[in-house]
Amino acid sequence: MINTTDTNTRPSSGILTMMGLNRRQRTIITTAVIGILLLSIILGGLLLSNERITTNLEARNQAPSFSHPFGTDWLGRDMLTRTIKGLTLSIFVGLIAAAISTIIALVLGIAAATMGNRVDTIVTWLVDLFMSIPHLVALILIAVALGGGMRGVVIGVALTHWPSLTRVVRGEVLQLRSTEYVQISRRMGKSRWWIAAQHIVPHLIPQMLVGLVLLFSHAILHEASITFLGFGLSPHQPAIGIILSESMRYLSVGMWWLAFFPGLSLLIIVRLFDILGDNLRKLMDPYNAHS
Amino acid sequence: MQTKDLISFMIKKSIRIATLLVALCLISFLLIYMSPIDPVQAYIGADMMRVGQEQRARIAEHWGLDRPPLQQFMKWAASVVKGDFGTSMIYRRPVLEVIGKRFASSLVLMGAAWLLSGLLGFILGVLAAMKEGTWVDRLVKWYCLTLASTPTFWVGLLLLIVFAVWLGWFPIGLGVPAGVLAEALTVGQYIKHLILPAITLSIIGVANVALHTRQKLLDVLSSDYVLFARARGEKGIVLFWRHGLRNIAIPAITLQFTSFSELFGGAVLAEQVFSYPGLGQTTVQAGLRGDVPLLLGIVIFSALFVFTGNLIADLIYVLVDPRIRQGGAL
Repeated sequence: MINTTDTNTRPSSGILTMMGLNRRQRTIITTAVIGILLLSIILGGLLLSNERITTNLEARNQAPSFSHPFGTDWLGRDMLTRTIKGLTLSIFVGLIAAAISTIIALVLGIAAATMGNRVDTIVTWLVDLFMSIPHLVALILIAVALGGGMRGVVIGVALTHWPSLTRVVRGEVLQLRSTEYVQISRRMGKSRWWIAAQHIVPHLIPQMLVGLVLLFSHAILHEASITFLGFGLSPHQPAIGIILSESMRYLSVGMWWLAFFPGLSLLIIVRLFDILGDNLRKLMDPYNAHS
Repeated sequence: MQTKDLISFMIKKSIRIATLLVALCLISFLLIYMSPIDPVQAYIGADMMRVGQEQRARIAEHWGLDRPPLQQFMKWAASVVKGDFGTSMIYRRPVLEVIGKRFASSLVLMGAAWLLSGLLGFILGVLAAMKEGTWVDRLVKWYCLTLASTPTFWVGLLLLIVFAVWLGWFPIGLGVPAGVLAEALTVGQYIKHLILPAITLSIIGVANVALHTRQKLLDVLSSDYVLFARARGEKGIVLFWRHGLRNIAIPAITLQFTSFSELFGGAVLAEQVFSYPGLGQTTVQAGLRGDVPLLLGIVIFSALFVFTGNLIADLIYVLVDPRIRQGGAL
């Protein structure tokens, strides 16, 4: 996983600086703008009618134009509509998978750090096990075992993204456990559950939220990859991976727009989620907020 | 003392790898066992209509498919330990032979990409850190973060559009030109087919190495000994050469070795885009067409590949870094 903690670059920070806003206010505004943008894409994908992606042979193989900004494919389907619908589907798959992964990471991470040495050994061993084969090979294996399709992709992505976050949670809890206020609580006779609920979980919630958003972008990329390879969603569904793998047959005749725009849209979405995660981390980290 | 430490380190590592491998075999086997793939049907393939019920039952019996899963696993594991991974159903050849042949061509691709991404990433990271806060730094960071969110196969498609379709410099896909036998391929033709996939594959690795190298070098540059060196008037390349390079080279090299997992995954995608006949493409074929022995073989092989990378990284730390070699607790 790429470490993105050290970024100080924010989009449009120049204009916002000129408006006399401080760093925290700028971060809040960028985060809100990104959130609205992502929401509008999801809404767009849900609300757009299927009319523009039905076969329309009169308008096939058209290069990008005003009425079809992303061009049309060999069946005359509007690529912009297909792309937005594909992105919506990807975002949903990513959201479900990332949420499941985050929950697994939370449970295993806390268990490893609080339930003694034996559990810790088992959890670290499990993390090592999942990290021991290439991510994509694990995804293929799980997708094949479940017979492909939407279910295979979601379960595959969900079951392979928790190890790195589990390590983070485990480290965090171990650190929290040795803090003075937790030690004092224990000496004062508070139960394990009380300490976990009052002292540990509140610290983990922001971590989890950030972890969820950052896992999300990985999950979307892996969903697209596995679908591109042919293990994922069925060809009838408008997924970005399907669009890109279909486009390969038409690249040699020069229909570049079939691959260019859908891929670029995916890249922008993933990048937006990354920035969103980074901003959330900055907003939630009290040491960083006012600097 | 030193060799004794090394030996105990190696023994501990080997035990850990062995337990992980055994578990991996068991889990993969059970996953495939649960899958809707019918091994008999996968084996017979297109001749399905001509094979009677009785004959199918006999094939199943021959392979022991009628026995409980744990017994099947023990039988399979016993032959795997002896080095027999079974026969690939697609290629009708021993699995190990198929993997060996395909891996050889993947190795060229992965090796080229690995070196390229390591060098490029290191140089970019060093440039960014030495020019911290300037436009060079911002550009490198922006480039790396954008690359990290880019789908590999899409980069491959873009390269294909620009360099193969528009400029016509490179062939479109296929590891071997049409009508030419694989054996008759000249080195020149081979390299021509290698360049685009290798560039695609190297692009993923660059971001990781560059960002880590940048961070490490920034840490080094803020140390007391660099402050002292600066006070004596050292700067620029001389400063980097004397104080920076040695401190950041080992982390960068070990990071490169621990990236074998992503390298393998990237190769699967890059080979699929460029129809490069390597192990990655074979993985996809084995998965799509339900070639169970081959898929299981590749899973285990890929795990060994990743372990090798991690082990080399650990060994470099132990053997090369004088601070760790001299031993003692930190």
